[in-house]
Amino acid sequence: MTNSIPEIEDANCVFLIGSNTTEAHPLVSHRVFRAKLKGATLIVIDPRKIQLTLQADIHIRIKFGTDVAFINGLMSAILSNNWHDQSFIDERTEGFDALREHLKKYPLEKASAICGVSVEDMIKVAKIYATSEKSTILYTLGITEHSHGVDNVKSLGNLAMITGQIGRPSTGVNPLRGQNNVQGACDMGGLPNVYPGYQVVTDDTVRAKFESAWNAKLSNKVGYTIPEMMDRLLDGSVKAMFILGENSVMSDPDTHHVHHALTSAEFLVVQDIFRTETTELAHVVLPGACWAEKDGTFSNTERKMQRVRKAVEPPEGAIPDWKVICELGTRLGVSMTYDSPSAIYDEMAGLSPAFSGINYRRLEAGGIQWPCPSPDHKGTPFLHQGRFTRGKGLFHVIDYRPNEELPDAEFPFLLTTGRRFAHYHTRTMTGRCPSLHKEFPTPRAQINFLDAKRFGLKEGDLVKITSRRGDLTTPVQPGDIVPEGAIFMDFHFAKANPNVLLGTSLDPVSKTPDYKVCAVKFEKISTQG
Amino acid sequence: MDYKLVRTTCPYCGCGCEMMLEVANGKLIGTFPSKNSPMNQGKLCIKGWNAHEFVHSPERLTKPLIRKNGELTEVSWDEALDYTASRLGEIRDAHGGDSVAFLTSARCTNEESYLMQKLCRAGFGTNHVDHCARL
Repeated sequence: MTNSIPEIEDANCVFLIGSNTTEAHPLVSHRVFRAKLKGATLIVIDPRKIQLTLQADIHIRIKFGTDVAFINGLMSAILSNNWHDQSFIDERTEGFDALREHLKKYPLEKASAICGVSVEDMIKVAKIYATSEKSTILYTLGITEHSHGVDNVKSLGNLAMITGQIGRPSTGVNPLRGQNNVQGACDMGGLPNVYPGYQVVTDDTVRAKFESAWNAKLSNKVGYTIPEMMDRLLDGSVKAMFILGENSVMSDPDTHHVHHALTSAEFLVVQDIFRTETTELAHVVLPGACWAEKDGTFSNTERKMQRVRKAVEPPEGAIPDWKVICELGTRLGVSMTYDSPSAIYDEMAGLSPAFSGINYRRLEAGGIQWPCPSPDHKGTPFLHQGRFTRGKGLFHVIDYRPNEELPDAEFPFLLTTGRRFAHYHTRTMTGRCPSLHKEFPTPRAQINFLDAKRFGLKEGDLVKITSRRGDLTTPVQPGDIVPEGAIFMDFHFAKANPNVLLGTSLDPVSKTPDYKVCAVKFEKISTQG
Repeated sequence: MDYKLVRTTCPYCGCGCEMMLEVANGKLIGTFPSKNSPMNQGKLCIKGWNAHEFVHSPERLTKPLIRKNGELTEVSWDEALDYTASRLGEIRDAHGGDSVAFLTSARCTNEESYLMQKLCRAGFGTNHVDHCARL
């Protein structure tokens, strides 16, 4: 996030796009409710009638995957009505002329026809977002999990910069991240192109610093992303894989492909706290300790580093993951002797300017948001104040690209996926919490009641859903949450996991798969008794 | 009874709510929201309130396993660590460090992700390390 969660409640306009906040980030939705109580206008852009649409001043029921056309249309409306912030554009940005020229290709009528939103609604949204004193954009995987996810994010960046809605409190472009420490895994360099603190592996000076600190020769070649690793396992150029705390078989798209890739590995090590679909394919399984059994830190979606504290001992036989990695590292000739997680943190922070002012002693007083370059620095609640990280904010010229697989005559329905309130990912944890299991014990595919009527389906009836990759059987839940022609499935249950249906088309830059759109057909199997 | 509250951070979504784990005689018995956390201000969602429930599950993995004759078989930590390190080392030495790939975890701590990418980069001379952020 460019800004912080508590700031949301002081925004005058909340522009929420591709985020089912009440179910996926409940304590962020709480701030959205407060903003509304304080008088903010709430704009919810989502093809589904999610819970927040009931609170929204405007619900834009955009067609799946047409965000770029919608945002380009909004910017056209903003420019033609002079709602843009010319002084912000002049002082803080570059590339505006090219964007202005490009937007001529997206007059409102054309954008409206692509995204299925009326011209009047687009003008209304454009005006409120651009002219409110403080407008904040919140988004989640409805924006990023597309084969054009990076284009969607850059378009939101354009929208914020053209209106000057960034670099101040309660504004900004704010991705709500889905996992407790997905921000931290990025911060720590768990990415093929950067070391800790986003220092790029292709920079000779940076690499020399890490070579000297770690006493090792390091590669200057950017590594493989997850989808590339799977492909390279299949062609044999990657032979071994070490997976820490991840149920790849259940969570990656095109399950059959991933299963095939992992079974092709000459040697597969999986470290986890429970047996999962992925540990079953491993040559070695190492039992780890869970979050309540070890010390450490997480980074939340606001870039805030916070302490995780050991409350209980791990079950006899399980060992904290950091100790396991140290044992392996030592056996493989990497210097890894630390007496505590705090010592690991200090080594990391000493190599990462963005975190170098943070240590466990300071974190006792509460979390700190990076960048925090020195011990007397208070941390950074919002980014880009006065200047962007790269200097001038760069506008990107973005064209609308349809999703790669859209409904057709053979597969006439559009499948999209997401979370349910009581569960988390592949239910490795929440499936073992009796209170949560009781709330949501079985999968339910949401369909529109008009489609249900057409197929003679009632709540709980079983359907078989088929795509070009696979098929599954699931009970249905008719209603008005999804529009006609669409199906929504959660990804929590192994017995009805939509990842078997999804394709492997990827965003060309981020390599993020198209989890939000694929074409399917369905047929009724049986009636619920 | 030995009773304590331990302040920590929720293990689920990216909100980073702070919580108090309730510990009695070395076992987790409850979860409370932290009242002075600026993030959640005394509130939690349904997942957070029940975060302690999976920790003492009887299904937790407690023994390292090695596949022997096709079956995952319980072994000692020494055997598991020696075997894992020697197999990874053999593959590295025979085919080069780029033949090994690592997935770190968005579930684990920062310190553990730091060590995973260090093991990958310093131990194998490759940058083939990623995690589920893009998924």
